[in-house]
Amino acid sequence: MNNMPQIVLFLLAKIKKLVLNFKKKKTMKDIMMVYYMEAKSARIGRKKVAWITSGGPVEPLIAMDVIPVYPENHGAMIGASKMGTDLCEKAEAMGYSSDLCSYARSDISCATVNGGPIGGLPRPDMLVCCNNICGTVLKWYEVQARYFNVPLFIFDTPFCHTGYAEEVQRYVRRQLDEYVIFLERACGRKMDAERLRVVGKLSLEGQRLWQAVLATTANRPAPMTAFDAFYHLALIVTLRGTPLVIEYYTQLLERMKDRVKKGIGAVPNEKYRLLWDNIPIWYRTRWLSEKLAAHNACLVADTYTSAWCGTTKYIDENNFFDSMAEAYTRIYLNIGVDEMARTVLEMVDMYKVDGVVMHSNRSCKPYSLGQYDIQKIVEKEKGIPCLIIEADMVDERSFSESQVATRIDAFMEIIKERKGE
Amino acid sequence: MITAGIDIGSITTKAAVLSDGKISGTRVIFTGYNAETAGITVFEELMGELHLERSAVGRVVSTGYGRNSVKFVDKAITEIVCHGAGAYYLNPRTRSVIDIGGQDSKAIVLDEKGKVKNFAMNDKCAAGTGRFLEVMAGALEVDLDGFGALSLRAGNPSKISSLCTVFAESEVISLISKGERRENIIAGIHESIAARIAAMANRLGIAPLVVMTGGVAKNVGVVKALREKLGMPVDVSEYAQVNGAIGAAVLAAALK
Repeated sequence: MNNMPQIVLFLLAKIKKLVLNFKKKKTMKDIMMVYYMEAKSARIGRKKVAWITSGGPVEPLIAMDVIPVYPENHGAMIGASKMGTDLCEKAEAMGYSSDLCSYARSDISCATVNGGPIGGLPRPDMLVCCNNICGTVLKWYEVQARYFNVPLFIFDTPFCHTGYAEEVQRYVRRQLDEYVIFLERACGRKMDAERLRVVGKLSLEGQRLWQAVLATTANRPAPMTAFDAFYHLALIVTLRGTPLVIEYYTQLLERMKDRVKKGIGAVPNEKYRLLWDNIPIWYRTRWLSEKLAAHNACLVADTYTSAWCGTTKYIDENNFFDSMAEAYTRIYLNIGVDEMARTVLEMVDMYKVDGVVMHSNRSCKPYSLGQYDIQKIVEKEKGIPCLIIEADMVDERSFSESQVATRIDAFMEIIKERKGE
Repeated sequence: MITAGIDIGSITTKAAVLSDGKISGTRVIFTGYNAETAGITVFEELMGELHLERSAVGRVVSTGYGRNSVKFVDKAITEIVCHGAGAYYLNPRTRSVIDIGGQDSKAIVLDEKGKVKNFAMNDKCAAGTGRFLEVMAGALEVDLDGFGALSLRAGNPSKISSLCTVFAESEVISLISKGERRENIIAGIHESIAARIAAMANRLGIAPLVVMTGGVAKNVGVVKALREKLGMPVDVSEYAQVNGAIGAAVLAAALK
């Protein structure tokens, strides 16, 4: 029995080798399977697990060999496997309000029952919470820190309405030092500065590759849709800073370039091109993609998946650590509505879209706030229609099929009319 | 050419027949359980009434929530575009349409050719819809048809603040138990609906001429409240309830 841990580790290494090293084309499914297997057996391998928010600085964790785990990615998986309503109801029975974010609700209740599509997330040794995506994560991570009785690091990124002040840089940069001290204490060893530099380079390279993959949809027809991007997104979120991400997106980019060259579109008769705003309605992605395809419409881009490569302009390749303060502070959800609108307008031009579909997400207030303004700005500046549909990313109780279907049909009728059909 | 429009809504199903651009007849029935049956029934009944054979009708367009459940039509078009087309057909000066139906309400802005420029719909909550009025009529034990006239006699409309139909109903019940006069409560309900719709319409940016369509347009109390909240005239045609079906018949004539 004393050999148990070694046997498990041996088997794990074997599986990893089989799945990842010997297969020429790595699939997302294989990579994610190995990732969660490793995270779930972290204790045996004497590795630490950190839960981290989706917009949090993950590179120092990778550099310290800590396995990052994302409750929000888990939330998306729960939503996609249509297990959200049940877990949200469980959280409500625990006393959490139904107005609370459905990622938070499903994660909090899932931790207590080890439910969901993968039987719960691996137990964390520490929590890293960055509030650049929302304020809910603060309370959510405090709840989990109490529940698991583990240390919590809060990385505070002030909201940047316009620009980026020097005192913000000083404030955020100082927290990076504190973050490193927190990790050194939690892991019982020093941070390797050289390793962190390498991880930073890989992270930036990964983000640039992801941007390049997304940019291929500027072609007509688009070789992939935003629905595909929702799927391929998992790696840049969870494993950026590792070579695996580079390898995967390099292959994906080649495949997309090849499709572009051959003129293969993701939607068979792509006639209308649309831009998506907000987190996907995870339990309805297939329905929505078929609904749009029936109108010969293709979601060619979105503000969501591009958020993981939207701040590369702030990163200094040769000084990742210092410059990441700005990159993490100025992400899409942490800037003013005017700046968000500017980003949307740029995407409208770059991807040559005929309309914008905005998901007013009951769960995600920071993402949904300002949509009415952005809608007006886009309609005024670009003269294209913007549709708002009300739903929720995980909680199916906030979705009404016939109402959403009518809005989409009417929206498409307007677009077709405008294009003279 | 003779064309027909069928508007299958959540509460009622409407049909309209147009002959060479003129309205030959219209009909309204309750939708009931089966949308497809309702669509077929209202169409056949109207055909019978007008002594028309099915083959005499050149083209048929369906609209409303049940638009995709009837198979014999030439095309299904959403009620947004149909209400725009219907209101514009009845009055070409129409630039905005406010349609309050059974389960939703919408504001539509038209261009000078009657094409839809933009639209907004209520979020998926029943407040501000015909269903909301039905629930309130039940709580007040008043026939829905008498709602409008009764509200005009209100001296001091009650304040209904809740946005949720269920909570608004309990607000109404507590007003009843306090001995508040019926007409005041009804006027308060109308004001709360009008306030909700006006907020949506103003966000969209409506312009005159504003036309109100849908079954709720028959309620003079709601129309009056809406005029006051919008601060502009609101026209209601005698065909308000069948406006969507008329629009569908108009669009059927234009099908390529």
